[in-house]
Amino acid sequence: MQISITVNGKAYSHDIEPRMSLVEYLREILNLTGTHIGCDTSGCGACTINIDGVAAKSCTLLAVQANGASITTIEGMAKGNELHPIQEAFKEHHGLQCGFCTPGMVMTAADILKNNPSPNEMEIRHGLEGNFCRCTGYHNIVKSIQHAAEKMNS
Amino acid sequence: MIPSKFDYIKVSSLNEAIELLDKHGYDAKILSGGHSLIPTMKLRLNSPELLIDISSVPELNSITLEGDEIVIGANCTHHAILSSEIVNAHINLLAQTAKCIGDIQVRNRGTIGGSLAHADPSADYPATVLACDATIVVQGKQGERSIVASEFFQGIFTTAIENDEIITSVRFPKVANGNYQKFYQSASRFAVVGVAVVKEENKVKVGITGVSDTPYRATAVENAYDGTATAASHAVDGIDVMSDHFADVNYRSHLAKVYVKKALEA
Ligand SMILES: Cc1cc2nc3c(=O)[nH]c(=O)nc-3n(C[C@H](O)[C@H](O)[C@H](O)COP(=O)(O)OP(=O)(O)OC[C@H]3O[C@@H](n4cnc5c(N)ncnc54)[C@H](O)[C@@H]3O)c2cc1C
Ligand code: FES
Ligand code: FES
Repeated sequence: MQISITVNGKAYSHDIEPRMSLVEYLREILNLTGTHIGCDTSGCGACTINIDGVAAKSCTLLAVQANGASITTIEGMAKGNELHPIQEAFKEHHGLQCGFCTPGMVMTAADILKNNPSPNEMEIRHGLEGNFCRCTGYHNIVKSIQHAAEKMNS
Repeated sequence: MIPSKFDYIKVSSLNEAIELLDKHGYDAKILSGGHSLIPTMKLRLNSPELLIDISSVPELNSITLEGDEIVIGANCTHHAILSSEIVNAHINLLAQTAKCIGDIQVRNRGTIGGSLAHADPSADYPATVLACDATIVVQGKQGERSIVASEFFQGIFTTAIENDEIITSVRFPKVANGNYQKFYQSASRFAVVGVAVVKEENKVKVGITGVSDTPYRATAVENAYDGTATAASHAVDGIDVMSDHFADVNYRSHLAKVYVKKALEA
């Protein structure tokens, strides 16, 4: 089936099988491998992207469902060489160790801050319910998002 | 994990979807948010030959106040429900319930119509739909009909919807005083026990999910209610309580009583 998708501001059109997941499309067809596959069963959030303004797990979306949609992946967060404030905060505040979960964490953090620009610690922790990190113990991820919020509000 | 092959059609009207369902029978499935259906297809527990995507059918997306009723379109996401002004003003219980579902990403995609049609025994909305005496409106080849919540859930993953029928909306009465309490399954965040209580002058209405293979109205609690939370001890009277690797019968029964008590006291 023919689909047309805008990813990080660029228009793409491909003929794909309806059973192809969006994450597979992003990684294998568009070579945007920043979006990770952790569990492939909707649990871990590593595959989180933004579709038409909301965070979603791209392993649980079919690429055909995204036909006509506008998608932002982790590759689309920085402007040229300038990191997005959330990325900058993760770098500054040690919000990552191995980095596997980080693209999903950043994309979810953006959704948290869109709906709640000044979240408290509990609100951030609840907001990350769908994102697993095996390394950091979450503490510095929460701290990074708090700092990103401050920066984005200033 | 890759599902087996299927065709995909995105419809723009309800009639188109009903025609396709009627033509393809059990080989076709409605796709809404996909957050129950796609995982089961990836596990090949479900292998439909045709997916009929209804996410672009315009009339299924609204939340409106019609007289004394709050009407929620089947395609409304959990996020749309929990953030709706109408819902928060007139039936806060429903917003509380939607807030407890999964995580941000799931709430951005999953819909109330999909959740009710799927009828997972651990889903959250069923408890609230039952406690509120909501009505599920469906449309099929034979036209439209309304199904009262008490007749909608018929067993594990089984509802009163016919194969050619689509849920179009859910109609709730206004609820001034309601509370939802949930004991989370810590990994999936589904309800091990979920309790919705609607408080009216001298009585309560109690819906329970997660405890039995079918969500139920805890009539024993409702009948024993004396204005205090002691009636919570009747939470599983006459109920065939589920047992699984998260909670055995004794533990689940205990949780049901504790969570009914919490909801009555809230
Ligand atoms: C990680 C994760 C965590 C979750 N946690 C929870 C939780 O805590 N609590 C909870 O309640 N749920 C939870 N869910 C389930 C989630 O709420 C689903 O979104 C919901 O159950 C199904 O809605 P959907 O729109 O995604 O339906 P789909 O997956 O699109 O469809 C589900 C079923 O309903 C049918 N269907 C869909 N729409 C209609 C309609 N309008 N009329 C008739 N049939 C229809 C489909 O054919 C299919 O059989 C979770 C899901 C995931 C992936
Ligand atoms: S890979 Fe999508 S949620 Fe884990
Ligand atoms: S930094 Fe390694 S999984 Fe999160």
